[in-house]
Amino acid sequence: MRTYHDLNDADRSGLPLQIAAQRRQVAERLAAVGQIVAVMSGKGGVGKSYVTAHLARALARAGRPTGVLDADLNGPTIPGLLGVSSARLTVDGTHVQPAIGSDGVKCISMGHLLDDGAPLAFKGPSAESFVWRGAMEASALREFLGDVEWGKLDTLLLDLPPGMQRYIELCDILSEPPAVLTVTIPTVESRDAVRRAMRAALERGSRLLGVVENMVGPQFKGTAGKDLAAEFEIPLLTQVPWHPTPDTWSALGARL
Amino acid sequence: MKFLCVECDQQMTFGERQLPGDGTLAATFKCPKCGRVVAMLTNPMETQLVSSLGVEIGGRTVPAQPLETVRKMVATGRDDAFDETAGRPDGRTALVWSTDAQERLGRVPSFVRGMVKRIYADYARERGIAEITPAVMDTARAELGLEGM
Repeated sequence: MRTYHDLNDADRSGLPLQIAAQRRQVAERLAAVGQIVAVMSGKGGVGKSYVTAHLARALARAGRPTGVLDADLNGPTIPGLLGVSSARLTVDGTHVQPAIGSDGVKCISMGHLLDDGAPLAFKGPSAESFVWRGAMEASALREFLGDVEWGKLDTLLLDLPPGMQRYIELCDILSEPPAVLTVTIPTVESRDAVRRAMRAALERGSRLLGVVENMVGPQFKGTAGKDLAAEFEIPLLTQVPWHPTPDTWSALGARL
Repeated sequence: MKFLCVECDQQMTFGERQLPGDGTLAATFKCPKCGRVVAMLTNPMETQLVSSLGVEIGGRTVPAQPLETVRKMVATGRDDAFDETAGRPDGRTALVWSTDAQERLGRVPSFVRGMVKRIYADYARERGIAEITPAVMDTARAELGLEGM
């Protein structure tokens, strides 16, 4: 009996072609974006979203058009940090206009789409949902990249949730791995978790832009930022105190 | 995927796709030589897995709408997430909530508010009602048996 590749006629469903078309759309949509930077840590609670939002605002204030894609689909916080929690999105033909947040930062987030306080839940069979939920979230991420009219941007920041799954999905969706900005807090525990994420990013081919050490002050002991910067031979871009000023973020933005 | 009529050694051609609405999918394929038709039937989990990729069995007949997967598949989405004045990609009727209706909705406990709002919105759309007012909510409650909402 002949097998799949022995049959010459096209596969009518053309699933690989449909997937390829999706990726082409993402690439076209992001063609005018100068740099795509994933803000990640591999560790929860270190302030990735906080750093992302303030860095985006600083870049925008410096005249560098910036967008933020909130890739934390299950715990979106970017709309609140950019002052657009209640923004409604506008559909314009083949694309969606992003919300315009503080200092003109463009953003898209699952937070714009969910009911107040509601967890992200998908329609579909609840049994064995682990089989398809990851693919559904990856599709949502792809649509945020490819269906939103980002326009001409200097920088698109991708605010990733803890862990590596979303970063891996991004690498599959984008035509090349995003540059990575890592955020840590000073502690040894954070350093060790972030180190794993940085190694994984390097293995995937991402360029490590540098380390941001957040929540620096007497509350936390440790030198995670300095240690990671030395180990990976990348700059420690800034040490963010507990009460940063706009200058803190402007200085960070100037180094990107 | 491809289907082979083993007896004729011919690749079968796609016929039609049906979505019965119970989460399953049916797609038919026909042998161009002997005319035999077979149906591929997927269970809800298999159908969901394909849907989650944003692709369609049998190929796309119309272009995907912006944020199509998110809009179709998120169960806990805000009904007013999109600016209605710009037109909805799913073609649904634009809805307006009167101030009184919004205040009344605001008194519904937050953990069920979204679900209640969607029930009223669906009720209005199905009947071509453009504005939801307390009177519409009262009628919907009576007709749908939503006492307490």
